[in-house]
Amino acid sequence: MRQFIFRRLLWFFPVMIGVSLVVFFFIHMVPGDPVMVMLGESARPAQAEALRHRLHLDQPLYYQLVLFFSDLVRGKMISIFFAKPVFEVIRPRLLATFELAFFAMVIAVLIALPIGILSALRKNSWIDFLSRIFSLMGVSIPNFWLGPLLIILFSLAFGWLPVSGRGGISHLILPSLTLGMGMAGLLSRISRASMLEVLGAPYLTSGRARGLGEYRIILKHALRNALIPILTVIGLQFGALLSGAFITETIFAWPGIGRLLINAIFSRDFPLVQACVLVIAASYLTVNLLVDICYALVDARVRLWREG
Amino acid sequence: MKRKAALAMVLIVIAIFTVGGIFAPYLAPHPPDEQNLCAGLSGPSASHIFGQDKLGRDVYSRMLYGARVSLMVGIAVVLISAVVGFMVGALAGSLGGMVDAAVMRIVDLLMAFPGILLAIALAAVLGPGLGNVIFALSLLGWVGYARLVRAQVLVEREKAYFESARALGAGRMRLIFRHLAPNIIEPVLVQASFGIAGAILAEASLSFLGLGTQKIPSFGSLLSHGINFLRTAPHLTIFPGLAVFLLVISFNLLGDFLGDYLRVEEKGRAK
Repeated sequence: MRQFIFRRLLWFFPVMIGVSLVVFFFIHMVPGDPVMVMLGESARPAQAEALRHRLHLDQPLYYQLVLFFSDLVRGKMISIFFAKPVFEVIRPRLLATFELAFFAMVIAVLIALPIGILSALRKNSWIDFLSRIFSLMGVSIPNFWLGPLLIILFSLAFGWLPVSGRGGISHLILPSLTLGMGMAGLLSRISRASMLEVLGAPYLTSGRARGLGEYRIILKHALRNALIPILTVIGLQFGALLSGAFITETIFAWPGIGRLLINAIFSRDFPLVQACVLVIAASYLTVNLLVDICYALVDARVRLWREG
Repeated sequence: MKRKAALAMVLIVIAIFTVGGIFAPYLAPHPPDEQNLCAGLSGPSASHIFGQDKLGRDVYSRMLYGARVSLMVGIAVVLISAVVGFMVGALAGSLGGMVDAAVMRIVDLLMAFPGILLAIALAAVLGPGLGNVIFALSLLGWVGYARLVRAQVLVEREKAYFESARALGAGRMRLIFRHLAPNIIEPVLVQASFGIAGAILAEASLSFLGLGTQKIPSFGSLLSHGINFLRTAPHLTIFPGLAVFLLVISFNLLGDFLGDYLRVEEKGRAK
């Protein structure tokens, strides 16, 4: 097990270095002079020189790379718009995104799991048919349409929920539902398939032969075994929710890191763009790493296969 | 029978969007940029079936042009990704050894990166534009195809026809294009169908955020405009959103049907 975790960690660092390199080169891909793009054509030469020096763009490329990593590690990257260290700006936003992604995941699980289980138990019935339609609609409906539709219905027509912003639970419902719908579609499909696989297993037949009640067989024996792949998908999807919340955050004016990134792009705050991309990618990779390790902990086959 | 009817529906929807997109200049009842400020935010009517936006432009005409952008991006991204992915996967799988190991590590590394994040960052750096969107989405798009093709090649290269073609002295490119390609194209087509749906969604997302196409109307930019008028003009959100949804669900369903069809074919061959 230790060897597996070590190997997985060993793979994490090259990926993070690769991501950091991509992020470093962003600023060099800007067509024209990145400093003038950030400050605008009306910038004074002295201002431009000061920013160029601050971003180390007046240094040779290899030295820029060293300084970039040094600033990154020491938390010295400064946002142009906020005029303070980027990680100070990002920290509260990251927390808000985690909150949104967590509730989106909870909503998705609460919707998808019963649907998936029920459709597996009633295979080829109308319930199964409806559940498959739900799953297909869930993965196909765009966030940028679902969000506004929910606002029109629940905020503007009925006035039940707030249109936007971050506050109590009521502020969380619509954005979480918008963000979680795709995951709910995928999860209902996975849980149906996983339950179907388990329902055909011989140990359930032997449980029935021993006189166990159907309710107990499904909840205690079938569901327990079907949960392993479902939990893995939930974990991996949580990473996807964290890294894909831009649109939901923009629609609902949710003060998360996705919205911060989009605003940083439009205010041409490249250091903040770089930091946001890096933090989002790092969160995504960390969640995936943790899921992989947890999966190996609960399922010895994965561990042995990957070690072998 | 039900499946056939559903497949026919899917193909009809895709055909309607394709014809609408290709012949947009002839089918649009109004020029997409023609303004009528006095009629701004008007709802659906006989002359403007999907209503008018804030500047009085006809939403239906703009949607026809939007379908053109969506399909163009979807097909271009999938074509570029599938060709690059096919070449990389086929070469890695047929060469094997160090090349295969190195290519697959790069593929693993790229797969670890959230695709839409890179697309957003690239679109932000390169600036908005159709070409930039296609480039940004293709940059990671090929990775999935490469992995799929490589896996298929590993299976196919053990088969007798491949061995005999090699024994007869066929070169690597001939082996790939003449012998491997026809045998591994089917799963690539299934993935391409899902890929078009994904690329359409991604393009609309970028345009919604203001990072996609700006001069030409697209579904994402129409929705982005509509979200400011949810209370007074919900038609600006409902119709373009419905169009993206229909297009995406159709390509997803097409992928499902193709996948099911191939599984049945494979079972038939196995018997």
